Amino acid sequence: MKQMDAVQKRLLREVADLHDIPEGAYNLRANGESVGRNTTANIDIKTKKEGSGIDITIKPGTKKESVHIPVVLSESGLKETVYNDFFIGEDSDVLIVAGCGIDNCGNQDSQHDGIHRFYVGKGAKVRYVEKHYGSGEGSGKRILNPVTEVYMEEGSSMEMEMVQIKGVDSTQRTTLAELKGDAKLIVRERLMTHGSQSAESVYKVSLNDDGASADVVSRSVARDNSFQKFDACIVGNAACSGHTECDSIIMDQGRILAVPSLEANSIDAQLVHEAAIGKIAGEQLVKLMSLGLTEAEAEEQIINGFLK
Amino acid sequence: MLQLNSLSFAAESDGKSAEIIRDLTLTLPDNKFIVITGPNGGGKSTLAKLIAGIEKCTAGQILFDGTDITNLSITERARMGIGFAFQQPVRFKGLTVFDLLRIAAGKNLSLSEACDYLSEVGLCAKDYIHREINASLSGGELKRIEIASVLIRDVKLALFDEPEAGIDLWSFQNLIRIFEKMQKSDRSRTILVISHQERILNIADEIIVIADGTIQKQGPRDRILPEIIGTNYAQGVCQKML
Repeated sequence: MKQMDAVQKRLLREVADLHDIPEGAYNLRANGESVGRNTTANIDIKTKKEGSGIDITIKPGTKKESVHIPVVLSESGLKETVYNDFFIGEDSDVLIVAGCGIDNCGNQDSQHDGIHRFYVGKGAKVRYVEKHYGSGEGSGKRILNPVTEVYMEEGSSMEMEMVQIKGVDSTQRTTLAELKGDAKLIVRERLMTHGSQSAESVYKVSLNDDGASADVVSRSVARDNSFQKFDACIVGNAACSGHTECDSIIMDQGRILAVPSLEANSIDAQLVHEAAIGKIAGEQLVKLMSLGLTEAEAEEQIINGFLK
Repeated sequence: MLQLNSLSFAAESDGKSAEIIRDLTLTLPDNKFIVITGPNGGGKSTLAKLIAGIEKCTAGQILFDGTDITNLSITERARMGIGFAFQQPVRFKGLTVFDLLRIAAGKNLSLSEACDYLSEVGLCAKDYIHREINASLSGGELKRIEIASVLIRDVKLALFDEPEAGIDLWSFQNLIRIFEKMQKSDRSRTILVISHQERILNIADEIIVIADGTIQKQGPRDRILPEIIGTNYAQGVCQKML
């Protein structure tokens, strides 16, 4: 396996909580090439024959195993599009950790567009964690445009935790999901934007058969002059239940556009959406200041808690 | 010791300036349990907020242990040892009970220490310590967490604004026990409670009646309580709960 430098290791720590090589199956990608891979008896990782990317195949019945596939970019001006397909066997129970960290010290834009497709087998249970992080003082932008497609078979469940807290200049995130009967999708998105960053997050979740359910919740903070758009649509095509919620704090000159939408194509679809945007409540600041925090410290604690 | 010298506070209401606190002078000695009562709208809560720095007086001076704190911020006053339990505790999305107690303690707090304080206010610690302080908590639960957030701080002056408001009878009994315990503790601190409750007035060292922004009566409990008993200023527990 190739050695990673200190910057790459730091990025790895930020996006995958990895201090070194992870346990179980993994594929580490740095500056456009694979720098390490491990497969297990139950989890196979293969490079795609055509195009850039990998196929991850998890055997049916695989329990309590994990797959880490972090990507780090530390070279200015690098642009890549990667296709990763996950084939998750029936009745398996696995943790998948993805994420991308970009450090751009140069003046050229660095961009990683990851297209992840999940084929979740019957009764399988997946927890997916994806973190995005950017750093570097260069004028080149750090751009991430992830696309996530999820195809869920009967009785499967998937919990997705998507986090982007720092340093990504521009992001256009698209998540599409199609659920069969009794499949369950939970999405928890946490997003913070600074400076003149912009982030757009689009969801389209189709509940196609009876008993399917989805809960898509986004919590976000827009600071400075940043802009965010949250556009979540849940489509109910059967006797299903769906809920989407966007809860946001705006600070400074930050702007947020929330467009939650519902489409019911079945009389038995039960769909709910909620959206709330506002600044930090004055009384919350006063309470924490009465405990001895300064106004800035109080703000930080409130935001940390909100995005936890 | 807290001294209020000729304190006044005026607020704009319907385009007119209304004086809520009028030229009020008061000295609160150390290590006493003092209860302020009086009619609604008489200026009691405003007075507590002026002491904590949440409202700024329009005239007068506040001295705390000899230091002029009139122009100090909420944060500075809190750091000097003034604690304030809100009448209507604030909810926070995401912050847990443990987070709030850790912030209040102002140091690295162990889980068991935090749990001790929750137990002190009658909450089963393991059920609450990791709960978010959000809309899922009832008014009574929030109130107890609010009180714990003041108890955990090493304050010289603890202000409680109508601690009984919004809590049930069982919680109220517990509240009285907390105050009695605070009163008997060896800690050197002054406790100032705003309340109409006879049971709370009954354990006061001193009672102050405030109406129309000024002090109407002030003195030891044995003298003041008989004068106000049976009035709206000293209500029986069931009266309030109904």
